[in-house]
Amino acid sequence: MSAPNKSFDPVQVATLAPDEVQRMVDAALAAVAAAADLDELKAARLAHAGDRAPITLANAEIGALPPAARAEAGKRVGAARSAVRSALAARQDELETERDARVLVEETADVTLPWDRLPAGARHPVTTVAERLSDVFVGMGYEVAEGPEVEDEWYNFDALNFPPDHPAREQYDTMFVAGPEGSAANNPAKSGVLMRTHTSPVQIRAMLSRPLPLYVVSPGKCYRTDTLDATHSPVFHQIELLAVDEGLTMADLRGAITAFVDAMFGEGLRTRLRPDFFPFTEPSADVSMECHVCRGASTRPGADPCRVCRSQGWIEIAGAGMVNPRVLVACGIDPDRYSGFAFGLGIERTLMIRHGVTDIRDTVEGDVRFSRAFGMEA
Amino acid sequence: MRVPLSWLLEYAAVDPATEPAEIARRLTAAGLEVESVEPVGQEISGVIVGQVAEIEELTEFKKPIRYCRVNTGSGEQHVICGATNFAVGDKVPLAMPGAMLPGGFEIAARKAYGRISEGMICSAAELAIGDDHSGILVLSSDTPPPHSPFTGPLNAPSIGEDFVEYAGLRDHVFDVNVTPDKGFALSIRGMARELAIAFAAEYTDPADTGLPADTDQVSADVYPASIEDPTACDRFVLREVHGIDAKRPTPLQMRVRLARAGTRTVSLAVDITNYLMLELGQPLHAFDRDRLQGPIVVRRARPGERLETLDHVTRDLDPDDILITDASGPISMAGTMGGLATEITEDSHDVVIEAAHFDAAGTARMSRRHRLFSDASARFERGVDRELPLRASAKAASLLAALGGGTVLPGCTHAQAEVEPVSVTMAPDHPDKVAGMDYGVATVLRRLRQVGCEISDDPGSAGAAPLVVWPPSWRPDLTDPNDLAEEVIRLEGYENIPVRMPRATAGRGLTPQQRLRRTIGSALAGAGYVEVISSPFASVADADRLQLPAGDPRRRAPRLVNPIRDEEPLLRTTLLPGLLRVLNRNVGRGFADVALFETGLVFLQRPGELPVAPVPPVDRAPTEAEQVKLQAALPDQPLHLSVVLAGNREQSGWWGPGRAASFEDAIEAARDVLGVSGVPFDVRAAQHEPWHPGRCAALYLESGQLAGYAGELHPRVVQAFALPPRTCAAELDLSLIEAAAAARGPVQARPVSGYPVATQDVALVVPADVPAADVEAALVAGVADAGEGGLLEAVRLFDVYTGEQAGEGSKSLAYTLRFRAPDRTLTAEEVTEARDAAVAEAARRTGAVLRGGS
Repeated sequence: MSAPNKSFDPVQVATLAPDEVQRMVDAALAAVAAAADLDELKAARLAHAGDRAPITLANAEIGALPPAARAEAGKRVGAARSAVRSALAARQDELETERDARVLVEETADVTLPWDRLPAGARHPVTTVAERLSDVFVGMGYEVAEGPEVEDEWYNFDALNFPPDHPAREQYDTMFVAGPEGSAANNPAKSGVLMRTHTSPVQIRAMLSRPLPLYVVSPGKCYRTDTLDATHSPVFHQIELLAVDEGLTMADLRGAITAFVDAMFGEGLRTRLRPDFFPFTEPSADVSMECHVCRGASTRPGADPCRVCRSQGWIEIAGAGMVNPRVLVACGIDPDRYSGFAFGLGIERTLMIRHGVTDIRDTVEGDVRFSRAFGMEA
Repeated sequence: MRVPLSWLLEYAAVDPATEPAEIARRLTAAGLEVESVEPVGQEISGVIVGQVAEIEELTEFKKPIRYCRVNTGSGEQHVICGATNFAVGDKVPLAMPGAMLPGGFEIAARKAYGRISEGMICSAAELAIGDDHSGILVLSSDTPPPHSPFTGPLNAPSIGEDFVEYAGLRDHVFDVNVTPDKGFALSIRGMARELAIAFAAEYTDPADTGLPADTDQVSADVYPASIEDPTACDRFVLREVHGIDAKRPTPLQMRVRLARAGTRTVSLAVDITNYLMLELGQPLHAFDRDRLQGPIVVRRARPGERLETLDHVTRDLDPDDILITDASGPISMAGTMGGLATEITEDSHDVVIEAAHFDAAGTARMSRRHRLFSDASARFERGVDRELPLRASAKAASLLAALGGGTVLPGCTHAQAEVEPVSVTMAPDHPDKVAGMDYGVATVLRRLRQVGCEISDDPGSAGAAPLVVWPPSWRPDLTDPNDLAEEVIRLEGYENIPVRMPRATAGRGLTPQQRLRRTIGSALAGAGYVEVISSPFASVADADRLQLPAGDPRRRAPRLVNPIRDEEPLLRTTLLPGLLRVLNRNVGRGFADVALFETGLVFLQRPGELPVAPVPPVDRAPTEAEQVKLQAALPDQPLHLSVVLAGNREQSGWWGPGRAASFEDAIEAARDVLGVSGVPFDVRAAQHEPWHPGRCAALYLESGQLAGYAGELHPRVVQAFALPPRTCAAELDLSLIEAAAAARGPVQARPVSGYPVATQDVALVVPADVPAADVEAALVAGVADAGEGGLLEAVRLFDVYTGEQAGEGSKSLAYTLRFRAPDRTLTAEEVTEARDAAVAEAARRTGAVLRGGS
C-alpha cells in the first residue's frame, strides 16, 4: 500500500487508474462467467472479491490519493466492486438453481409403489349397516335400545301377544335353551328360556323400563332353526322400531317408513302397505318399497329384467303395524291413552337389497374379502 | 292353501272375464297374500270324450295290450291301449292325433304293437288330474245327486264333446299364504267371501246352500255320542248313511278340484269329507259303523292309552290329548287324525260321519306333541266356525248317500256345551283413530257388516255411543276393538292411509357405551383388523381344546334343546373358538396373514341349579319381583371383544422383510381398546388358559376389575384347533369396559405448559423377572411421593437390554423422563432432584440400580 499522501501532491497511483480498474473488473467478470460450478465460483470470489483480490487492494489505495482525486477514484472503484459483486451473486444464483434442479431430479422416487405393509382392516357390513339404520332413526329422535339374546319365553312370545299354543308361535322356528334335567315333565324345552327369534322382546323391555313417550330402535342378533343356505341363516340380524305416544296412528307409521326409505334408499320412492298378521301388532302390514334400482321399469313389457326386485317393481322390506293394545297392557301402559307403532326389518335383507349381497353365507363365514370390500362404511 | 279360481267364482259372482292377476292383486290387498297364480289345463287340446266301441285283445305280447275302436261322434279312431280297466261302452278321454297333453306332450298317430294307433286313451295322471295312472280314466255316466254342488257337467258326457270343457280342466290355481289368525280363509267359503267383498260382487255362502230340511233335527236313532270334557269340545255331531258302495268312484269334477287343491284322491267317503273341508273349512271324519262299539264319548286321554292312527303309527297318548272314544277305547285323535281300526274300507256299508268343534289350543298342543300336522289340525288350531258341524255333516251325508248309493238316516246326534256369544265394544271412531283418517260411522258399520258382524243399536251416522259388535261365528279372531279397526282399514285400503311425516322427538343420541363400541370397531379396523361375525354355537370339545381346567366358568355353557347341528349343542362362553375357526377358514383360503376381531355376546350359565323361567300373566305388567325372576332364569350375557392373529402382522415387501404377528400385537390390540375407552388400566403377567403361560398378559381396570387377557395361545391350543404356529389372541369383557368408560364422566382438560421441557434419560438394571410395568409405576410414584408429581410429564421406555453388560439374570431398562413445570422453567437442581426421587423409588420397589451414572 502506498503511504498516505500527506503532502497533497498530485501523486499518481497506478492501480487506481481507470484502465487498470477496468482490467480488474474484466478479469473478475471473466472468472465469474467461467466458473462452472459453485466451487469454482467460490475460488473466483476469493480471487476477485476477496481480501487479497486486486480490486480490494486497489480500494485500499484510495487513501493515498490527494483529497481532490479520492472522490472520483472511490466512485470508480466502488462501481467496479459492485459490478463484480452482482456478477458473483447472479452467477451464484444461476449455479444454485442448476444444482437444485439436478439434485431434485436425482432424488426423484417412484411414488406409485404400493404400500400394504399393514394389511387392510375392515368393519363387518352387518355392523355398519346396523349403525347406519340406527342413525337414520337416531336422527329422528329415537334412542338405541338393546336386550339379551338368550331370552325368556315371556318376553319373546307371551308379552307380545302370542297366546300359548297359538300356531303363530310355530312360525318362529325357535331354538330353546335347556332347563334343569328332569324338570317340567322331563321336557327340557320347558325351561321358558330360548334364543330370541326376533328383536321384538326388546320392545317389551323398553316399555317396561323407559318413561313414556317412547321412541326406540333396537338392532340385534336373532336366532331360528333355519338351515344355512343362500337366503337363510340360523343366526341373523334385525332392526326394529317402536314408538309409543299419545295419538299415534297408521299415518304416523307410514310417515316413519317414508322417512326411513328416503334416508336409506333415496328420496321419492313409493312405499306400499298390505295387510299382514303379527300377534304383536294390530292392524299389521307388510311393507314394500318401489324398487330403488329399476323404479318399476322392469315390469313393463319388453324391459330388461331387474335382479334386485326380480322384475316385480316392488321389494318387500319390513313388517309393521300398530302395537297391539294387549302388548301395551302387558307392559303396564294404558291403551286408552297411548298407542304405538312398530316396524322391523332384516339387516341381511337390507344388505341384499342395498348392497347386492347374493348369498347370506358370506355374512357368517368371516372371509376377510367380504368385509374388506365394504371397508369402514357400508 | 291352493285354490282353483273356478271354485271361488262359484260363490263370488265376480265377472269371469276378470284377469286372474287382478283377482290376485285384490285378494292380496285385502290380506290374503296370493303367492303365485298358476295357469292349469290351458295347454291341453285335442282331447275329446270317446266311447269304446270294440276291444281286440292282443295276446302275443308280454303284457296285455288292447286294440280299441273308439267312437268319436264324428267318426272312429283305432287306438292301442295298455290298460284293461274298461269295457265296451265306456266313455273315455281320447287324445286325438295332434292333441297336446300337460307338459307339452304331443300326441301323434304312430305304429305300436304292429298296429297304427290313432291317438291315446288317457289316464288321470296324463291329464294332470291327480297321480292315478293305474289305469285309464273311465268317465262315470251317473246322474247328478240331489244337493250336489255339481250340476251341468256331471250330466252324462256326450260323445265327441271336448274333454277339457267337460271336466273343467282349464283353470287358474292360486297359492294363498293364509296367516295364522285367518282360520276362516282356509276354505273356499272364506276366501270367496273376501273376493266378493273386494269386487263388491254378490256372495253365496256354501254353508247356506244345498242343505236338507232336517239339518237341525236331532234323532235318537243316530249313533249316540256325548261330550265328557267341554273344555276339549263344545259341539259334536254325528250322522249316519247306510248301505253305500264304498268302491264307487269319486266324480270326475270332484277329483279335478281335489287335485288342483293338492289333495290326493283316496276313496269316495274320504274324498267327500276332504272336498267339504276345503269348501267349507270344517274338518269331517267318516267311521265304519260296523267297527264302532258302544256310545261315543269325547274326552281327554287316560294314562297308558294308545291309538294306531291312519298313518300306521301307534301313538302313546298324553292325558292332555283330546280323543274320540267308544267302548273299545280311543278311536280318533280329535281334529288331528283318525284311528286305523275304524276307518272306511272298500267293504264298508254303513258310515258314521262326524263333525265337531274342538278346542283350538288343545288341538294345537296335541298336534305338536305328536308331531302330527294334518289339514284338520291346521284348521282347528286356527279356529273353525262353530256353526258349521251341523251343516257340513248334513252336506256330507247327502253327498255320500247320493254318490255312494246309500240312504241318510234322518236326523243327527248333537252334543254341545253352552258357549257365551262374544261381543266387542268399540267407539265408532276407533278405526279413524287407529288409521289417522276419517272413515265416518256409516263406512265403519258397512264394512263390519260386510265381514259378517252384527251390530246393536245402530247409532246412525251421527252416533257417538260405543258400538256393541258381535263378530260372525267364522271369525273367532275378532276379539278386540283393534281387530275390528283392522277390518275397516284393510277393506277401505291400506293404500288410502295418509302419510304424516315424523316430527323429531327429544332423543339423547347414542349412549356413551354405544359410541365407544363404534369407536373401538373403527380403531381396530384402522389398525388392520377385519371384523367378522362367527358362529355363536360351540361343541362340547371346545372347552377341552382350549385346555380349560375343570370348574372354569367357561365350561358352564348353556345347552340348546334343538341345536342346528348336533355336534354344536352349546352356546359360546368365549368368542375364541368361533373366531379361531374363522381364522382357519381364511388361512385355508390362502390368506396366511390374518388379523380378525369380533364383538358379540357370550353366555355363561350361573352356578347352581338351572332356574325355570316364570311365565307371568299378560293382563298387567309383571311385578318387580317377577321381572327379577325372569332375569334370574337367563344366563349372564356379557359383551366380549376378541382379536386373533396369525402369520405376519406386517407384510414383507419392496420395503424389506415382514414382521411375524406376536403376543405383543395381541396385547397392543387389547391396550388400544382400553386406550380408546379412556379407562386407566394396567397390564400384568398372567397364566390363564388358553394362553401361553409365559406370554399372557392380564389387563386390569383401575378399579381392580379384570378386563381380559391377551398374548400368544398355548401350543397345545394351537395344536388342538390346528392353527398356524404362534397364533395370538386377546379377549376382553367389553361390557365391563363400556360401563367403566361411561362412569368416567366428561374428560377434563389438562393445562398445556409453554415452559421448556427438561429431559433425563436413566438406565436401570433390574432382575430379569421384574416386569417393566412395575419399574415404570415406581418411577412415577417416586416423583409423586416427592411432591413433584405434576412435574413429570411423561415416562417412556426406549430401550431394553439383556446383554452381558446388564449382568447375568438382569436386564437394563432405559427410560426417558420428561419434566416440565406449568409456571416456570425448571432449574437443573429441581430436575435432578425429581429424577433422583424416581430412581430411588424404583430401587426401593424393584431393586433397580442406576446404570453408568448419567
